[in-house]
Amino acid sequence: MALLKHTPVEIKERKALTINPAKTCQPIGAMYAALGIHGCLPHSHGSQGCCAYHRSTLTRHYKEPISAATSSFTEGASVFGGHANLVQAIDNIFTVYDPEVIAVHTTCLSETIGDDLKQIFDKATKSGKVPEGKTCLGAATPSYVGSHVTGFSNMVKSMAQLAEPSGHKSHKVNVIPGWVEPADMAEIKRIAEMVGVDITLFPDTDGVLNAPLTGEYKMFPDGGVTVAQLKKTGDAIGTLALGEWCSADAARWLDAKCKVPCTVLDMPFGLAATDRFIDVLRTVAGVSVPESVAFERGQLVDMISDMHQYFYGKRVAIWGDPDQLISMCEFLVSLDMQPVYVVTGTPGKKFEARIKEICADKPFEVKVKAKGDMFLMHQWIKNEPVDLLIGNTYGKYIARDEDIPLLRWGFPILDRQGHQYFPTVGYKGGLRLLEKILTLLLDRKDRDDPETTFELVL
Amino acid sequence: MAKTKKVVQLMPTDIKEELLKKYPPKVARKRAKQIMINEATEAEAPPEILANVRTIPGIITMRGCTYAGCKGVIMGPTRDILNITHGPIGCGFYSWLTRRNQTDPGPDGENYMPYCFSTDMQDQDIIFGGEKKLAAAIQEAYDIFHPKGICVFATCPVGLIGDDIHAVSKKMKEKFGDCNVFAFSCEGYKGVSQSAGHHIANNQVFSHLVGENEEAKEGKYKINLLGEYNIGGDGFEIDRIFKKCGITNISTFSGNSSYDQFASAQHADLDCVMCHRSINYVADMLETKYGIPWIKVNFIGAESTAKSLRKIAEYFGDKELIDRVEEVIAEEMPEVKAMAEQVRPHTEGKTAMLFVGGSRAHHYQDLFAEMGMKTLSAGYEFAHRDDYEGRHVIPELKPDADSRNIEEITVEADEKLYNPRKTPEELKALEDAGYEFKHYAGLNEQMDKGTLVIDDLNQYEADKLVELLKPDIFCAGIKEKFSIQKLGVPMKQLHSYDSGGPYAGFKGAINFYKEIDRLVTSKVWSYMKAPWQESPELTATFVWE
Ligand code: SF4
Ligand code: SF4
Repeated sequence: MALLKHTPVEIKERKALTINPAKTCQPIGAMYAALGIHGCLPHSHGSQGCCAYHRSTLTRHYKEPISAATSSFTEGASVFGGHANLVQAIDNIFTVYDPEVIAVHTTCLSETIGDDLKQIFDKATKSGKVPEGKTCLGAATPSYVGSHVTGFSNMVKSMAQLAEPSGHKSHKVNVIPGWVEPADMAEIKRIAEMVGVDITLFPDTDGVLNAPLTGEYKMFPDGGVTVAQLKKTGDAIGTLALGEWCSADAARWLDAKCKVPCTVLDMPFGLAATDRFIDVLRTVAGVSVPESVAFERGQLVDMISDMHQYFYGKRVAIWGDPDQLISMCEFLVSLDMQPVYVVTGTPGKKFEARIKEICADKPFEVKVKAKGDMFLMHQWIKNEPVDLLIGNTYGKYIARDEDIPLLRWGFPILDRQGHQYFPTVGYKGGLRLLEKILTLLLDRKDRDDPETTFELVL
Repeated sequence: MAKTKKVVQLMPTDIKEELLKKYPPKVARKRAKQIMINEATEAEAPPEILANVRTIPGIITMRGCTYAGCKGVIMGPTRDILNITHGPIGCGFYSWLTRRNQTDPGPDGENYMPYCFSTDMQDQDIIFGGEKKLAAAIQEAYDIFHPKGICVFATCPVGLIGDDIHAVSKKMKEKFGDCNVFAFSCEGYKGVSQSAGHHIANNQVFSHLVGENEEAKEGKYKINLLGEYNIGGDGFEIDRIFKKCGITNISTFSGNSSYDQFASAQHADLDCVMCHRSINYVADMLETKYGIPWIKVNFIGAESTAKSLRKIAEYFGDKELIDRVEEVIAEEMPEVKAMAEQVRPHTEGKTAMLFVGGSRAHHYQDLFAEMGMKTLSAGYEFAHRDDYEGRHVIPELKPDADSRNIEEITVEADEKLYNPRKTPEELKALEDAGYEFKHYAGLNEQMDKGTLVIDDLNQYEADKLVELLKPDIFCAGIKEKFSIQKLGVPMKQLHSYDSGGPYAGFKGAINFYKEIDRLVTSKVWSYMKAPWQESPELTATFVWE
C-alpha cells in the first residue's frame, strides 16, 4: 500500500492549507550562514524550541555538531520583550563558550514582539558584556516572510555590513557562494585558486561542518571567514554573488555602501553556469584562465557527449531552493532532459519566469510553482509520471509510492551521506551529478529490462 | 580512547566543582542545585534536585519546546488524526516525520503521519490575525481527506496575536458533524520544556476523545499502555508479548495508536504507565473518572519486562494468566540470556552515561545492568522532581509561573461509566502483599551512591563530563551526538535510536545487547591518531633495504 495513499489524483485549488512544504523557516538559514564565520556561535533570539529544531535539522543533514544558543524566552519575555534575556545570554555565552562572534537571529516570536537587536547590542556593549575585540552581529529573520533561503540571505547581508572600507582597494574579490554544501564552498575556493584569483568567500562552512574525527572536540573548528576578513570586504575590487535569492542582497549592499561593484550570477551548478562564473571571475580579477580549468571542463563535456542517449528526453520532477533549481534546470535542459515539474516553497514570481525562460522553445511544457508544495507536485506526477526525481529526502515517499528513482540533492538530506564531502558545483561537481543521474537511470533500466534484452555493455 | 582512560579516581564533588567552575556566579548557583551527588556525600547538599525550571538564556540546552512535546511526541504517533500546525512553516516542517514513530495503518489504511499540514502564516496573517486562514485550512483538509479527526496546534506567534484556535475548531466541528476538531494551545514559550506540551496534549485528548466510543471491547485481561511511543517499533514488540500472554491492549498512548484507541480507553481494566513524565496525570484522571487503577511498568530490559508482565498478571489474579505469563517468560528468556552471555565479556564493567527524556535515562539503566555495565551519571532533559525523587514529592512541588500556565483539568467520577475495577478490600489485600499502585520510585533510587544526577544537562557540561570520566558510551539525542563522538566516545541516541530498535521487550533486549556490543567494541575509536602522530619526533630516517 502506498505511503502517501491519501493524495488524490484530482487537483483542487488550496488557498490556506500547505501540505508537505518545499521550504522551511528563516532562522535555520541564518544559523547555517552564521556557522560559516570563524569562531562564531549562532544565537536564536526566541523560545528555545526553535533553536532545538534548527540544530537538530542541521545536525541530521551535516552529521556534525551544531552548537547554537538561545534566549529561552519565558511567557513574560514573550509579552514584555526579550531584552533582558538576550543581554544575559550574551554575558553567559562570552563567559562560558568564549566565541569570537555571536551571530543573533530573531524568530517569529521576537519579531512579533518587535525586539530591536541593535538596541540590545548597544545595551550589552555599554554594560560591558561584550569583551574587547569581540563581535555581535544580528539579522532579523521573521519566519512568516520568505523561507529558510531568506534567512540565509539576511544573515549574509549582516555579515557584509561588517565591512569597514579603508579607502584603499585590495586585490581581492568577494565571492558569496549562497546556500551550498561545505564541499561546494571548498570547491569554489579550489577553482578560484586554479584560476589564480584571491577571493574572500563568505560564508564559508568548509572546515567547520566537515571537520575530521580526531578524539578532540573543538566547539569552534578552524574554518570559516574571519571578522577581520569580513571587515575588508569593503575594499575588494568586486563581488560575485552566486544566486539572486541567497546572495544578491549582501552584494548589492556592498555595492551601494562601499562602492564595491557586484555581479549577480547563478550558482555554478552544471556546465553553462560554471562557465559564466569562471568567465566573470577572470574578468573581474583581470587574469587568464589556465589550461587545467579548461581540461576539467572538457571532461564534463566528454561525459555529456558519451552518455547523451541516456539523458535525452527523460522527464524530471525537481523541488528545492530557487537559486539551486535555476542552475539545475538549465543543466538538465542542456542535457536534453526535461524538467517538467519545478517547485519551490520560497515565494517569488521572478523564479517562475526564469524557469519558464530556461524551458522556453523546448519540446516539453514546464509546470512551475514558487510558493508551491510537494503535495501539488505529487499530484502532477500522478497525472503524468516522470522518470526521475531530484530533491531533498522528503521525496523518498513519492519515490517509493510511484516507483521513480530519486537523486538526493538540496536541503535537507537526512538519510544519505556524501553531500558534505563531494561537491556538486563546478565541472567536477557536474561530473558527479551526471554520474549519479546515470547510475540511477541505468540501475533502473537493469532492473526493468526483460531478460532477453538485458545488457552487459554500455 | 581505552588507552587514555583516566587512572585517577575523581571524587564526585571535584567533578561537580569542575562543571561549575566556568559559569558566572549566578548561573553557577542555579546549576549547583541541578547537579546532585546521589545520596549526598557532602553535608551541605540535601538530596533534592532543582528540576523543571527555566533554562538559562545563552546556555546551550538539550531541551525542545512545548509544541514539540504536544504535536511531536503525544499527537504525532496517532495515524488517523490529521494534525494541522497553525503558524509559520518551520514548526510544522521540523516535526514532519522526524520522531521515528512506527505505525501499522491496519486494514482501514488511514494514516496521515507521512503528511505535514500547516497554515504557513504570512506577515498579513500576523498583522490581521490568522483565524480566517485557519478555518479555511481546516475546511480544505476536510474536503480533501475526510478524516475522523483534525487537531490544531498553536505556535509561538499565534499565542501572541491572540487567535482563538479553540473557537475556530469548535465552529468547524459543529459544521462538519462527522469530524472531531479540537485544538492545543501549545505555543513554544508556554513551558520550560517539552513536558508542558505533553501535559497540554494529554489534557485535550482526555477532554475531547477518551470515552467517545461506548461500544464494549472484547478481551479477558484489558489494559491501556500509557507513555509508549513506538520508536523503532518498541510498541510492536510489547504488543507481540501481550498478545502471546493473552492480554488485550485497548489503547497505547500514543505509539501506533488510532482515534478509536483513545476513544475506547475507558474500557480497560488496568492502566500501565511506561513514561512516567509524559503521562502520569492521565493515569490519575482515568482512575478518578472511570475507576481504572494504574501501575508503573517498564518494558525496557528483559528482566524488567518479565517483572512488568508478572505485575500485570498479579493484578488480574487469575491463575490462567499467571501461568501463561510464566510460560511466555520461560519461552522468551533463553534466547535473551544466551545473547547476554555472548556480549558480557565485552561489556562487563564498562560504563555509561544517559541523558534523555523524562524516563528513558532511567529505563535504559536496566538494560545496561543486564550487560554488567554501570551508569556513572544520568539525568533528564525535561523531568520534574518526581521523576528523580519519586512520586511522594509531588505534594511538595510548588507551582511557579510556568506550571500555572498549563491548564489543570479537574476530573470527577463519570456518572454513567465510573466502575471501580477492584473493591477497596481487594486493593488493600494486594497492597498488603506488597503490590504497588500509583507508585514510581524515581531514578535516584536505582543509581549508585556517589553518581551524578544532573537535570537539564547542557553541551558544555556534557563535553566536560565525558572528558573527565571517559565513559564507554554516552546516550542522548541528535544534537549531542557528534560533539561527543568527536571526543572519541561512542554515542547512542536514545530518542531516535540511531535508526535501530526495537529495544523494548525480549526481542528488543537482544537488539540492544548487540548494538551496545557493536558500539563498545568498534575499532573506529582506536583510529583517532595516525601512526606519525603517535610519535611526532623524527628520530631516524627510514633506510630502504
Ligand atoms: S516557524 Fe517560528 S516558531 Fe516555528 S520553528 Fe520557525 S522560528 Fe520557531
Ligand atoms: S521521556 Fe522519552 S519516552 Fe518519555 S516522552 Fe520522552 S522521549 Fe519520550
